[in-house]
Amino acid sequence: MSISLKEVRHVAKLARLDLEESEVMSLQTELNALLGHFSELQSVDVRGIEPQSHAVSLTNGWAEDVARLGLPRELALSNAPSSKAGLFLVPTIIED
Amino acid sequence: MIPLESAASLARLLADRKISAAEVADAYLGRINELDSKLGCFLAVDADSVKAQAKAVQEKIDNKTGGPLAGVPIALKDNISTQGLETTCASKILKGYVPPYDATVVERLKAAGMPILGKTNMDEFAMGTSTETSAFQKTTNPWDTERSPGGSSGGSAASVAGGLAPVSLGSDTGGSIRQPASLCGVVGFKPTYGRVSRYGLVAFASSLDQIGPFARTVEDAALLAATISGHDPMDGTSLPSKAIDVSGLKQGSLKGVKFALPTELFGDAIEDGVKEQLEASIKLLEAEGVIFKRVSMPSVLYGVTTYYIIAPAEASSNLARFDGVRYGALVEGGGHIENFEKTRAHGFGREVRTRIMIGTYALSAGYYDAYYLRATQVRTKMRMEVEAELKDVDAVLCPTSPGVAFKIGELLGDPLALKMLDICTIPANMGGFPAISVPCGLSQGLPVGLQIMGGTMADERVLQLAYAVEQALPKTPASPLLEGVAG
Repeated sequence: MSISLKEVRHVAKLARLDLEESEVMSLQTELNALLGHFSELQSVDVRGIEPQSHAVSLTNGWAEDVARLGLPRELALSNAPSSKAGLFLVPTIIED
Repeated sequence: MIPLESAASLARLLADRKISAAEVADAYLGRINELDSKLGCFLAVDADSVKAQAKAVQEKIDNKTGGPLAGVPIALKDNISTQGLETTCASKILKGYVPPYDATVVERLKAAGMPILGKTNMDEFAMGTSTETSAFQKTTNPWDTERSPGGSSGGSAASVAGGLAPVSLGSDTGGSIRQPASLCGVVGFKPTYGRVSRYGLVAFASSLDQIGPFARTVEDAALLAATISGHDPMDGTSLPSKAIDVSGLKQGSLKGVKFALPTELFGDAIEDGVKEQLEASIKLLEAEGVIFKRVSMPSVLYGVTTYYIIAPAEASSNLARFDGVRYGALVEGGGHIENFEKTRAHGFGREVRTRIMIGTYALSAGYYDAYYLRATQVRTKMRMEVEAELKDVDAVLCPTSPGVAFKIGELLGDPLALKMLDICTIPANMGGFPAISVPCGLSQGLPVGLQIMGGTMADERVLQLAYAVEQALPKTPASPLLEGVAG
């Protein structure tokens, strides 16, 4: 499998990265080299082996349903690049 | 001299009122002042706060309400959230970020009376094996300042090796505690996954990440592990288990202990000098009555590839939170999506951008089965191979790092060589196993590390074996920066 420039741009879009064209080009080379290494996994016999997405088998750990205080609003907002009236501020998304 | 004392011995001197917490803190602030311009371990040190903490901690010592290391200061990797103290993950995207809360481990350290010296340099978002991907500075190895301390927890490792901190915490996703510990000649321990809370650890690859200690002795590492471990309701993946119990640490004997030696981790991928040091240690341990069994775990050779699919896949998802809205540096691009894309492109460094791309691709429609799904199957296979051997032996023994510390910049043009540095450490993350690196002598004048890996929840046993091995092997010298203090 190899990845085209168009695919690199598409993946960058999915990842929300505004990449320079020069980086798209070098990433294509880098990703293709990596995909070459990844192909070694195709030779591993994994028939009948369950996928494992976690380190240890844990089923849901339930917390007691008890109310507790969260972060005070001003603290939660203290790192926001932009905030107003106790809210995070973002550019207009829906025009009127 | 305070910097030469182990943490356990400092704690005794403090408890016996032979020294004060303020004296200890001052001694370490002095070491940082003197040496950090050369080593670059710390991204942030707030001397006034350290002094205030030491003063407050003295009360805990006097009232005997602290933990086993009360009064012993500690350095923290910069991906561990500290309320009121900037936490950047060595990334521009978090420059200026001041966490509004403490990580659970930080709360526990504070409760135990351990003053926080500062935050240590790391590979950006822990993505690297040399601490060279930090957006802010290079960290050098106290054994040779032209060399890398390893990574990603390079600052935490170098600070302990150089005597700028008696102990520190790092995080280990594929070897980021054990590999730099090996390269810096100190002890580094990754507990069983879930034994130490990840609450407040900035997530990289959540199924692999684990916080653990750096120390100059196994005993210090064990005491610190005991301080920070135990169930935490704030972390949904925290194991419902008690803190690590170190009361039996010194009661193990090596007689009749069985270690498995995986042939794959003593092969061509390992430098000759490292192999020689390991084989010499094996001979010495045999004389102590240890039984060695050469075994094969074929899947561990796929560990690096498996890791470079699973870890970026999880990272691509975890790092989606950096959107320039709630925290971090915002780069404006016009609209909401444009802000998002520009902020991330400028805020993340090259290695982080590359890994996000790999992970996004590996998870994208049409490729999921070929990459991510298959990697998770190989992960199971690797875990099963290790567990099958652990039925018959006490632990697995192998090198920690395939080589000794390399020159800074030497491997930057060779991404695959950098990734291969984790070949011996990745299996423990994949299976969630506890594993520790203990110094076992020098090769080319640089430290070599020996790794002991046990089964899930066998943290106590792994520490006990590591302590016995440390006692049985000739003492590896401290780094020249600490030996200098003695002279």
